Amino acid sequence: MTTDFLLPQTQRTPLGELLPERTSSFTEFLARSQPGLLPAAGRANVPAQELSPQATTIVAVTTATGVVLAGDRRATMGSMIAQRDIHKVFAADEYSAIGIAGSAGLAVDLVKLFRVELEHYEKIEGSPLSLDGKANRLAAMIRGNLGLALQGFVVIPLFVGWDTEISCGRIFSYDATGGCYEETGYHSVGSGSLFARGALKKLYRPDFTMTKGVTACIQALFDAADDDSATGGPDLARQIFPVVITVDAQGVDVLAEADVAKITNQVVASRQRRPGGPEAKL
Amino acid sequence: MTQPLFYVSPEQQIKDRAEFARAGIARGRSALVLRYADGIVFVAENRSQTLHKVAEIYDRIGFAAVGRYNEFDNLRIAGIRHADVRGYTYDRRDVTGRMLANAYAQVLGTIFSTVTEKPYEVELAVAEVGATAAQDQIYRLTFDGSVADETEFCVMGGSAEAVTAALRENYDPAHRLGRALSLAIEALSADNDGQSPAVEALEVAVLDRTRRLPRKFRRLTADGITEALATPVKKPRARAKA
Repeated sequence: MTTDFLLPQTQRTPLGELLPERTSSFTEFLARSQPGLLPAAGRANVPAQELSPQATTIVAVTTATGVVLAGDRRATMGSMIAQRDIHKVFAADEYSAIGIAGSAGLAVDLVKLFRVELEHYEKIEGSPLSLDGKANRLAAMIRGNLGLALQGFVVIPLFVGWDTEISCGRIFSYDATGGCYEETGYHSVGSGSLFARGALKKLYRPDFTMTKGVTACIQALFDAADDDSATGGPDLARQIFPVVITVDAQGVDVLAEADVAKITNQVVASRQRRPGGPEAKL
Repeated sequence: MTQPLFYVSPEQQIKDRAEFARAGIARGRSALVLRYADGIVFVAENRSQTLHKVAEIYDRIGFAAVGRYNEFDNLRIAGIRHADVRGYTYDRRDVTGRMLANAYAQVLGTIFSTVTEKPYEVELAVAEVGATAAQDQIYRLTFDGSVADETEFCVMGGSAEAVTAALRENYDPAHRLGRALSLAIEALSADNDGQSPAVEALEVAVLDRTRRLPRKFRRLTADGITEALATPVKKPRARAKA
C-alpha cells in the first residue's frame, strides 16, 4: 500500500490532484486513486450460477418504533446448498441496515464498500448522510454493477433505516438498474420473496411492537423456506436461525442468537399445530 | 527560475523554516491528548462548534491538531482516506495508529525539507485506544515530521511547556474521565492568563474502549462535559505500568 496520496501538494505527488476535486465519497475517491480495488471491475463469460453462490430471501417490516430486517441463512449454487449459515443482513452504520439477495460474492463486497462509504462521508463531513442520501448512494452503487447484472450477476439489496429527521423507520427496495423505491409497511427480495411477501401481506399491522415485527419476519421467512428450495428454514438440529437486525431511535441492533432462537422455536411449535401459519381473519 | 543571489547555508535554511513554523503554531491555543482509565481523551480550546481540531480517523484512532486550520484539515482528510483504503483493502484490524503516524511523518518531513514550499504550521497527535490500557498509544508529530511516542499525555500549541508542567503535577493515567478532564481544563489555564476556559469554549472527544460499537470515538457536548465533571471522583486505581 502506498502512502502517495498522503504526500504534499508538489508537482510529483498526487495530494495536489486530491484537493481541487475534494470529495466525501469513498467510492469516487477509490475509483480515482485505486480503481482495481472496486468490486465488479472485471468481466466474465461463464454462467453466473457457476461462479458465485446465490443468496436468497430477505424480509423487512416497519413497526411503531422502528424497522426490522431479517434474512435466511442459505446460499445455493444451482441445486446444491453452498453454505447453510451465510450472513446476508448487516448493519450499514449506526442507524441503518442492509440485506442482500443475488450473487453472493459481489453482494458481500458491495455491502463492505457501502459501509465504508457511509462511514467515510460521516468522518470527512463531520455529520452523517440523511437516510435518503444513503439510499440514493446505494442506488448509484447498484447502477455501477449493471454491466455484470446483464451477465447474470445480479445484486439486489433491501435497505432499511431510522430516519432521525422525521423519527420513523423506512424501507427502500432496488432493482438491478439502480432504481430505488421506498416501500410502505413491509417488503421482501430474493428467490423466496413471492411467498414471504404474501405472508407479510396477511400478517402486517402498522402498530406492530418490535417483538411482533420480528415474529412476522420469522413467519415470512418460514413460509419462503416452505415453498422455495433456495431459502433455508430454521435448522433446529444445527441451531442455525435467521439473522435479525432492528433499527430504532436508539440505533441499530443485531439481535442475539438466543432471542431469535426463542421466537423461532415458538413459530416452529405453532407450525406443528398449523403448518400453514397463523390464521388471517376474513 | 532565477538563481538565488546569496548563498544560504542548509543549517540556516532549516533554522529559518523551523522558526517560521514555530511562530505560526504559537499563535494558536493549546490542545491536549491524555490517557484515562477507559481510554483516551482529547481536549482542545476551540470557540467554534463546527471547525474541529479533534477528529475521528478510524475505529480506534483519533486525531488532534493545532496550528493552521486548512493545513491540518487536509492532513485529517488524507489520514481518513489512507485508513479507509487500508481497512478496505485488507481488514479493519490492519489499520493502526503507528501506520498513520508514520504516514503523517513522511508527509510533514517531505514538506518541511522541500525548499519551494513553506513548512506546514501544524502540530498533530494521533492516538489509538487499545483493548487494554497497556495497548493505548499516543504519537505526537511536529511540523518537521519528527514523531514522538508519548506514554501518558501530550500537549500541543504555543504554551505547551507551561501546560505540560501544570498537568504533570497531579496527572495519573488511571484517573476516571471526570478527573482527567478537570485536570486538563485546569492545566489549560496556563495558556489563558490563569483563567480556566469555559465549558462552551472546549472541544472534547474520547476514544472509549468500553463503547459497545466498533467505532470508539465519541464527541462530548457541553452538557456531556459538565456531566462528566460532576461524576464523583473515585480514588484512582494503582498506577498502570507503561
